[in-house]
Amino acid sequence: MTDSPPREPRRLTRGEWLVIAAPAAWIALFFLAPFALIVKISLSRPAQARPPYEPVFDLASGVAGLLEKISQLGFDAYRGLAEDTLYLDSYLSSLTTAGIATLVALVAAYPFALAIARAPQKWRPILIGFAVAPFWTSFLIRVYAWIALLKDEGIINHALMSLGVIDAPLPMFATRGAVIVGIVYSYLPFMLLPLYAAIEGQDPSLREAAADLGASPRQVFLRVTLPLSKRGIVAGVLLVFIPAVGEFVIPDLLGGSDTLMIGRSLWNDFFANRDWPAASAAAVALLALLLVPILLYERAQTREGRR
Amino acid sequence: MTDAPLLSIKGVSKRFGAVTALDDVSLEVARGEFFALLGPSGCGKTTLMRLVAGFEAPDAGRIEIAGEDMSGAPPHRRPVNLMFQSYALFPHLSVFENIAFGLRRQGKDKPAILARVAELLEIVKLTGVEKRRPDQLSGGQKQRVALARALAPGPRLLLLDEPLGALDRQLREETQFQLKEIQRKLQTSFVVVTHDQDEALAMADRIAVMRAGRIEQIGAPAEIYERPATRFVASFIGQMNFLPGRIEDGLFVGAFGRLPAPPTNLPDGAKAALAVRPERVAPTTDDGLDGIVEDVAFRGEIIHIRVRLASGEILRVSRGADQGARASIGDRMRLAIAADAAQLFTDER
Repeated sequence: MTDSPPREPRRLTRGEWLVIAAPAAWIALFFLAPFALIVKISLSRPAQARPPYEPVFDLASGVAGLLEKISQLGFDAYRGLAEDTLYLDSYLSSLTTAGIATLVALVAAYPFALAIARAPQKWRPILIGFAVAPFWTSFLIRVYAWIALLKDEGIINHALMSLGVIDAPLPMFATRGAVIVGIVYSYLPFMLLPLYAAIEGQDPSLREAAADLGASPRQVFLRVTLPLSKRGIVAGVLLVFIPAVGEFVIPDLLGGSDTLMIGRSLWNDFFANRDWPAASAAAVALLALLLVPILLYERAQTREGRR
Repeated sequence: MTDAPLLSIKGVSKRFGAVTALDDVSLEVARGEFFALLGPSGCGKTTLMRLVAGFEAPDAGRIEIAGEDMSGAPPHRRPVNLMFQSYALFPHLSVFENIAFGLRRQGKDKPAILARVAELLEIVKLTGVEKRRPDQLSGGQKQRVALARALAPGPRLLLLDEPLGALDRQLREETQFQLKEIQRKLQTSFVVVTHDQDEALAMADRIAVMRAGRIEQIGAPAEIYERPATRFVASFIGQMNFLPGRIEDGLFVGAFGRLPAPPTNLPDGAKAALAVRPERVAPTTDDGLDGIVEDVAFRGEIIHIRVRLASGEILRVSRGADQGARASIGDRMRLAIAADAAQLFTDER
């Protein structure tokens, strides 16, 4: 608990600058610059033109022209977003679907992570390998495979009907359930790996100490193993929830026409309605929405770290 | 109420793959006794402790606690608590919650838990840190919390795995006395696992010296020190000189010369080693072994002297600092070893 003496600010060497500058440049070039473009488009108005929005900045018009064009920017698209119930519904539906899928993934992955972390040491890398193996095939193919499983004349319904369990096919395909199954299946490793790391890193003598102090195996799990894997749970939940909210492919392929997800609404506005400002505004709003849990997580991490 | 021992280990064996960790070990610990399992690393003492705690099951033999067979009883159903060498404090819980952990499992109500935790913190002389997390404690504080936590449920038997191992030297000595005091006050049986003979000698009522999965000797510290049962015990506990030789007509004869043989049932002509403690080697002006002082180390109340005998063997001699003139390097010295000061061991025993 000793405080380190105040360190004198030191000039960075050229190598150190490079190490810092490279990722900073990467983020600036491939994240901040495109994001600035999106923000700019979200502040524009849709137009029957190419590109389909105005104003379009061009340097030829000089400073006065540029200022005039900037004055044309406005929040119309965001206003539209707030008034359009379709978008509100999409956001809510995306958050709910992603939330349920994240919860299911957590509940499904935890026993796996626990089992792998408790397996003999030499087996663990192999078991982790199995868990990640599906990722070696194309994501699209794996999602299409679920169509073959879930649709009315698909494998599951066919099997159940020929066994006489059901008379008519269960409507599984093109439902929110199908989307959730698809998300859980696709993102399970992102839940599994942080959970595994968090459980595997626990000192086994902590569990022994708990048992020694009278905790039954169930209590050992609830009082020691589970709370000590909190970081893994938080990391896994964020890694699944955040991309799942904006997921486009899975709801598009497995969801029905009534399965609203923000990713699909975005796609519709961009490509079907060619309303780029609305789609951009929706994307910016989504980012703002997702930033909240990320920032909460960051804060929790720093607090942990300071302890 | 019977006089049955609190802990009774009967013919216990344990193997891990090809390694025999414990080989037919039997011992008993009485109520209120401070018992030490002493041995070098790998001697099986930790395994034995883990068997008593219930973390491992014996391959053969049985373990009884207060007359009750513990076979198949899981750790959480045994009236035993363990203080871990690493302390194993729960990092996500405060000091208070760490100590209260066992009490909560016993279903104690809130006032009882509050009172008991306060009582334990008093016992281990640690107050005002209830709200801290383990990583905000010093090593000595962690050790106390670990002790308090293990004592909290009021175990009949407390197992302590190298309880002083992680402490620095000064703290260790202080803690030794405190442990003993706490044990006497609570009248709980303590079984300490340690590789440190000083610790075992200083704290324990009785010691079991272990080696390679077997018990070499069980006895009071003085008994083990003065009458070691095997050559291993003789060399492991305290300082010991060994002089090789053989028995001839009531004398012990070797390169060093002749000495009166200690009482033994070894036959005439048998090869053996004569073991004698440094403090039992006495300077003399009569018959004795001649040698030259090679080194003198002053250790406060005791002076350690290394004497090279004419035969080339080294004898370690220790004398009280107040006992006569001091020796210096290069001095001639004549040493006597009385028959009742020494013991004979063959290579095996």
